[in-house]
Parts: sequence; C-alpha cells; structure tokens
Amino acid sequence: MRISFVAKEVSGGLRRNFTMTLALIIAVAVSLSLFGTSLLLSTQVDRMKGYWYDKIEVSIFLCGSSSVTYTCTGSVTDDQRTNIEMKLNSLTPTVQHVFYESSSAAYDKFKQQFAGSAILSNVSPNALPASFRVKIDNPDHFQEVASQISSMQGVESIQDQRKLLNRFFTILKGLQSFALVVALAMLAVTILLVMNTIRVAAFARRRETSIMRAVGASNMSIRLPFILEAAVASTIGASLASGGLVAAKYWVIDGKLAPNLTFIPFVTWTEVGAIIPWLYLVGVGITVLASLITLRRYLKG
Amino acid sequence: MIVFDHVTKQYKNSPQPALNDVNLTIEQGEFVFLVGSSGSGKSSLLRLLLKEEKATEGTVTVDGINVAKLRNRKVPAFRRQMGIVFQDFRLLPGKSVFDNAAFGMEVIGKSRKEIRNRIPAVLELVGLEEKAHRLPSELSGGEQQRVALARAFVNQPRLLLADEPTGNLDPATSVGIMKLLDRINRTGTTIVMATHDVAIVDQMRKRIVQMESGRIVRDQERGMYGHTGN
Repeated sequence: MRISFVAKEVSGGLRRNFTMTLALIIAVAVSLSLFGTSLLLSTQVDRMKGYWYDKIEVSIFLCGSSSVTYTCTGSVTDDQRTNIEMKLNSLTPTVQHVFYESSSAAYDKFKQQFAGSAILSNVSPNALPASFRVKIDNPDHFQEVASQISSMQGVESIQDQRKLLNRFFTILKGLQSFALVVALAMLAVTILLVMNTIRVAAFARRRETSIMRAVGASNMSIRLPFILEAAVASTIGASLASGGLVAAKYWVIDGKLAPNLTFIPFVTWTEVGAIIPWLYLVGVGITVLASLITLRRYLKG
Repeated sequence: MIVFDHVTKQYKNSPQPALNDVNLTIEQGEFVFLVGSSGSGKSSLLRLLLKEEKATEGTVTVDGINVAKLRNRKVPAFRRQMGIVFQDFRLLPGKSVFDNAAFGMEVIGKSRKEIRNRIPAVLELVGLEEKAHRLPSELSGGEQQRVALARAFVNQPRLLLADEPTGNLDPATSVGIMKLLDRINRTGTTIVMATHDVAIVDQMRKRIVQMESGRIVRDQERGMYGHTGN
C-alpha cells in the first residue's frame, strides 16, 4: 500500500475516534509518567546509596564520666584507649581507617553545627563522648568488628551509621515500590484501554475491513492502520511523559530540591536521558502488542 | 473454473447441514443464477468459495486450487481473483465514488498512476463517470450498486460473486444492474449470482441452480425461476 493512503486512513481513524484516542494518550502519558518516576526514584536511591555508603563510618563511643554500662568505670583511660586503637588497627584489612575524635573536638564540631542555637548553652564540653570513627571495607562486616570491640573496657557503645541510613532507604524503597506498583497497575489499565480502543475502532470500521478482506487486502495491510493509530497515540503519550520527567528534573529537582538539600546527590540529566528511551519503548511496545492481540481476535483473517 | 465435489457443510449447533452432498461444476465465462429460499444454502455456497468457511466434507476447487488447502497467507491473493458484490452495497460513506472504486486498488498496493488510468474507464463502464466526485449518500440505490460493481470489477477478476445484488433495488433499476452484469460477463468474467428475484431470472434466461435445504434440486440451462422446464 502507498504510504500516503495509509497515512490518510490513520489520521482519519484517529479523528473519528477522537475521544478514545485522547483517553489513550492520557492513559499512556500518566502510566508512563509513573513508570518513569519509579525508574527515576530507583536511580536516585542507587545514587544516594553509593554516595553515602562510601562516607559512612562505624562510630565507637568511648566511656565518659557519666557512662553506666558494665564496660565503663568512669571516663575512658589512656590505656583503654590505646588498647582499643591497637585492636582496631589489628583488624586490617576489614578496618581501613581509624580516626580519633576527642571529646573537645566533638564539642567544637557540635558548636559549629549548632551555631546560634539555644541548645548550645545546655551542652557542656564534657557531655559529648570521645569516639573512634572507623571506616570498614564493607558495610556488611560491621558485626565482625562490633563483636570484637563492644566488650572491651572503655567502649560505651558502637553505632553503625548505616542503620540510620537504612531506615531512610527503607522509606525511599517503599516509595519506589509503591510508584512501581502504581505504574504497573496503570500500564495494565493502559493495555486494557488499548484493547478496548482497538475493539471499538475495529467495530466502527468493520465495513472498511470487510471490504478490504473482500477485495483481497493482506491481513497486514488491514491491521496496519489500527496498529499505527495505537503507535501514534502512544508516541504522543510517551512524549508527554518524557516532557513531564524533564520538567520535574528542571523545576522540582534542580529548581527546588537541589539548592536546599545540598548534601543529597540528585539524579543527573544523563540519567534522566537514559530513562526517556525506555518510556517510548515500553509505551509503544505494549500498545502495539495489545493491538496485535486484539486485532487477531476481532479481525479474523 | 469452480467444482464442488460432494461438498457437505455442517455448522456447529445446527441440526441440519447447510449444504448436503453438493456437486456442481461451473465453467469459465458462465453466468449462473443461484436460487432458492432463505436458508437453502446459497450463502453457504458463496462463503465456501470465498474461504470464509471450510467444507465439512468434500472439496471445493476454484481455478484448480483446492480452497480448503489454501494457506491463510495466500487467501488475499486468491480473493484478488474474485470480485464481490453485496445486497447492501457496502460502500465507504466518507469516500467519493472515485475513491470507493479505487479502494479495491489502493488496498492491494496499486500505484497512483495505475489508479488514475483505470478508474475513469471502469466508472464509464458502469455509467458513473459524471458522478466521480459525489459521495455515496448523494447517489440513488442503483447508482450505489454500480459503484460497488465498479469496485468489484476494477481489478478485472476472473470470477464475480454477487449476493442478492438487486435485493434492495426496484425492478427498473435492477434491470440496469443486470445489463451491467451481462456486459461484465461478456468480457469473460464468470458470474455467480445468488438471488430471489423471479423477474430477473426469468428475463435473463441463464443457467439456474436451485437449492433446497442444502441440496441442489435443479440445474438447468437457460431456465426460468418458477418452471422446471420439463
């Protein structure tokens, strides 16, 4: 068939089925937006994990004057401290880096962080414990280190910063799976909508198709206009969803979030750019597939 | 050209076969009326020729091709050898007379040049060259059926199947359509026409195949509808 003839049939079909086409475009746009958002969110989580897992440490807090655990008998002594440090150093390569923060250094840091805040006047220099900041090669080795250190005299408590982050990541992951579930549900709705749209279109044009069959048009050429219509609608939908992602990156992430949350590394344009082809692929793919299946059922060859 | 060899067609959920051991041979260039009351098996016979249905028993051969064994992929090419006309014309309401007639060429991929060369000649044959740019809704029933005939004939099929082509037309208009069919028949095209129209059948004096409850009860050269001729 000539391209101009097919193009005429397709544009005619889209116009005659305008409301359904519009519904299809919107459904594709919404479901792909959600799908894109969940992809973006998962990229974001990965990015933050990589960034923070690299930075996090295990904090070993040493006994202060008011500590009450059984490993503490008043403030940590220099001997105890040296013992702990030696023990830590013996745990290489699991322990990669040991940094000692004295009580007064911790206080200085605290002063910096809470400069101008009323809380500062309530905290005395001795209130903050001295600590070892330990970097370990793999966050999973935390237990190994902790079990050897926690019972040593002079150690008050051990804190895995990853645990704090994990709570945060659990929330993010929950959001991500929620977005994914909603996206999948929307994609399923889109598939059903495509099937229904094609069914209505096939019914509305049963006269054309019966004539086409009668004059000996091939199955492919009978189905092609329907498939192209679905493809055109889903391409428009995918473009809207892509535009939505770009807008979200530009206005929400770069415009609002990034300037205020400087300690979070946000998804880059490259990563957004990598998601967009998937939107087109998934959007056009599922609609074409759904229309093929429907046509097989409603336009017998 | 067409051979039905002991053909039986049994539809599911139907107690009686639609066609019951039918034997029929139609030669190239013949004009055959298929008559009989509704449900006698005329339509089933046409549907088997188009491979819209499969025979339960026996074989249908068109142009030496066993229709039942035809691959699905080859059905379109097979149908291009035939033209089909329906009682309800089946024109596309949004397309002009020219585009309706050209539709048969468009969908099988003929070039614009071929279409521009061929359609005016066909429209002239059916007497609608003046109305090429009208829409079907602006035409009378007879004119619409002429457009349908133009579309069926545009690819010069060797076989033209007509299912009650005059069923929706008044007698005078029907005569015009029959004259047209006769002209097409004289170009060498085989015509099989299912009809109820007594007047037309009697007037044309062509071969008559009469069916009753799935069987051929009469097959007569130059017959009349109501008379067995014996």
